[in-house]
Amino acid sequence: MLVFLIRRLGGLVATLLVATVVVFAVLEILPGDPASLMLGVNAQPDTIAALRTELGLDRPALARYLGWIGGMLVGDFGISYTYRVPVAGLIADRALVSLPLALMALLLSTAIAIPLGTLAATAHNRWPDATVMGFAQVGVAVPNFWFGILLVYLFAVTLRWVPAGGFAGWDAGPAAALASLILPAIALALPQAAILARVMRSALLDVLHEDYIRTARAKGLPFLATVWRHAVRNALIPVLTILGLQFAFLIAGTIIIENVFYLPGLGRLIFQAVAQRDLIVVQSLTVLLVATVVIVNFLVDLAYAAVDPRLRDTGR
Amino acid sequence: MRRTVHALAAGLVLAAGLTAPAFAQKTTATIGMRLEPPHLDPTAGAAAAIDEVVYQNVFEGLTRIDADGSVKPGLAESWSISDDGLTYTFQLRDGVTFHDGTGFDAEDVKFSFDRARADESTNAQKRIFEPIEAVTVVDPETVEITLSRPAGSFLFDLGWGDAVIVAAESADTNTTAPVGTGPFKFSRWVKGDSVLLERNEAYWGEPAALTGATFKFVGDPAASLAAMLAGDLDAYPNFPATENLPQFEADPRFAVVVGTSEGETILALNNREKPFADLKVRQAISHAIDRQAIIDGAMFGYGTPIGSHFAPHHPAYEDLTGTYPYALEKARTLLAEAGYPDGFEATMKLPPTTYARRSGEIIASELSKIGITVEIIPVEWAQWLEQVFKGHDFDMTIVSHTEPLDVDIYARDDYYFGYDNPEFDAIIDTLQSEADPKARNALFRQAQDMIAADAVNGFLFQLPKAGVWNAKLKGLWSDAPIQANDLTDVHWAP
Repeated sequence: MLVFLIRRLGGLVATLLVATVVVFAVLEILPGDPASLMLGVNAQPDTIAALRTELGLDRPALARYLGWIGGMLVGDFGISYTYRVPVAGLIADRALVSLPLALMALLLSTAIAIPLGTLAATAHNRWPDATVMGFAQVGVAVPNFWFGILLVYLFAVTLRWVPAGGFAGWDAGPAAALASLILPAIALALPQAAILARVMRSALLDVLHEDYIRTARAKGLPFLATVWRHAVRNALIPVLTILGLQFAFLIAGTIIIENVFYLPGLGRLIFQAVAQRDLIVVQSLTVLLVATVVIVNFLVDLAYAAVDPRLRDTGR
Repeated sequence: MRRTVHALAAGLVLAAGLTAPAFAQKTTATIGMRLEPPHLDPTAGAAAAIDEVVYQNVFEGLTRIDADGSVKPGLAESWSISDDGLTYTFQLRDGVTFHDGTGFDAEDVKFSFDRARADESTNAQKRIFEPIEAVTVVDPETVEITLSRPAGSFLFDLGWGDAVIVAAESADTNTTAPVGTGPFKFSRWVKGDSVLLERNEAYWGEPAALTGATFKFVGDPAASLAAMLAGDLDAYPNFPATENLPQFEADPRFAVVVGTSEGETILALNNREKPFADLKVRQAISHAIDRQAIIDGAMFGYGTPIGSHFAPHHPAYEDLTGTYPYALEKARTLLAEAGYPDGFEATMKLPPTTYARRSGEIIASELSKIGITVEIIPVEWAQWLEQVFKGHDFDMTIVSHTEPLDVDIYARDDYYFGYDNPEFDAIIDTLQSEADPKARNALFRQAQDMIAADAVNGFLFQLPKAGVWNAKLKGLWSDAPIQANDLTDVHWAP
């Protein structure tokens, strides 16, 4: 188990290092100079040169790369070119919106998908199955931003229960903050729930055909107890895999959803930073997102071990 | 139960679009903007969003540009100009304080202008300060500015956001915590979401009617529509989804005000490259452009056709749209005379704005009628600046030039569209040293005529400023003579 952990951790660090090189190189090649973008079309060349010096953009690429990596190791992510404030603080503020949003969406999709997937599998080929799978089909097909706009028209424009977008801020109280996150969370969760419900259903169907299920039934265990005690737990492994993969999609999804709901989250930050060539923010944030995804996958591996004792014992 | 009934009743009243008399009069306003400012120092960046938040609200200049584009006294009460046009003496207002309590006097003016013209200055409009030779403090309430050459538009230029007066104590922190002299002071910036201003109770002039204002950044057009409909925003002075304006026009809760802006939208042609170096080719392109079709198709009918690079609301404007009217046969003949009977292929780099992308598609189809095959290349702003503006690597592009009174860009050396005409340069030279409004207007007309006749670019339309706001909110500017959302006179009707 320990060796397994160390190997996985080593892979994690290597992945991150490669990511920093790739991200830095790509942004280096990308046309567009932050200083000229900030000063606009009327600026004089000497003004642009002065700003480039102020931002440290006149240093050679290697020096900037090493400075960036060295700073990140001690928690200093640099100063945003456009906002002129420390990147770390900028990211921390935005994470207070995006992480709760992603978490809400994840919980919501799981809470919807597991029971519905179980229902569909246990009622295989009967009307509940058809209904759930019908909705799942729609859920997979509907783009989340469009679903988000529909939610806004119903709950914000017509019913006026929640604001159409924006974020009240946590200091306005958890109720107001949650009210501004609930619609985006639903919009993000729906397509994920649809995928997850389908995976849950097919995983459970596979398990239900196993010999040990027949044995459990034969020894007189009621059907629902069999499903709950023997089938669902075994079906969770593929579901966990998908859940881990989905986390990456959730993060990608927040970029679109945060723009639809104009939420000040990480997704909108990276979107704006790319357009404004706030390279230092893009670099740091991308690496941070890569780190999050890699770590989540690592945790999913650990979770396999938790649900499946066989992986725990034989892990070399 | 009773509470539920009340809530329901209130909901119904709201749904009916009525205001319950019990509601207290609103004293704040939430204003929607498409882009978030990168920072809040108008003297250190070109982003229009900076000025749209702080200009005239937080910061003020010696002069101010009014809603109709005229120059009005700002922090300078009055001024006199020497006969040779080289010495400006400004009489400053007394009793003015910055929001942090420090006093405003002639030293602040000297500091602001010396800072803007210094070598290490990052002022995006440094050319405003170029003619300045010296700024002298005569006494705390008098400042004398000597110029090295007469500058005809100096007083107007001092009204730009880039020329506002800042204090030495706060100049370095204005990017995140702006300190000015205006009717509103900066309160809070929720990054990515909004900037909050509150009324400056110690303002030297008439205090603002609003007790506070929130600028909220809603970029997505669909989200802007929803936010206005849901009442989350009270006003959106530059509404991004033109196609939705009729919906607001039909709704009595909203006022739709379509005014003019300083944005001349042009199909810029690379005059230094073949085939666009040939006047006949440029004339042919001008003849092939159906401006009304572009305005109808790309701008949903909003926008004024222009025939030169000049804003229609300016007194010196001339309607030159008839110089090269829409005439396909004429266009084909001109192309053939220029040696391209079968047309040619060209690229068109389009920045991400809706007006550019939509107009580009229509123009591409119009040009195909005279045999010019256009390949559309969508680019981001950063790429546009790098490749088109700086690198001159383009055939055609569409862009709106939003700086006020910017016809002088046609005289700049090595400007991106590469127009080089010594006669035109001479007009601009004379203009720059001419202060008499009448003579200036005559020169502006000459300038318009010349670039229209030379068909330097395809002149398309003046970008409209389409504002949507709550019908009860009064006092917002309908036109945009300068990038600003001046809230000085904004108030709620009872």
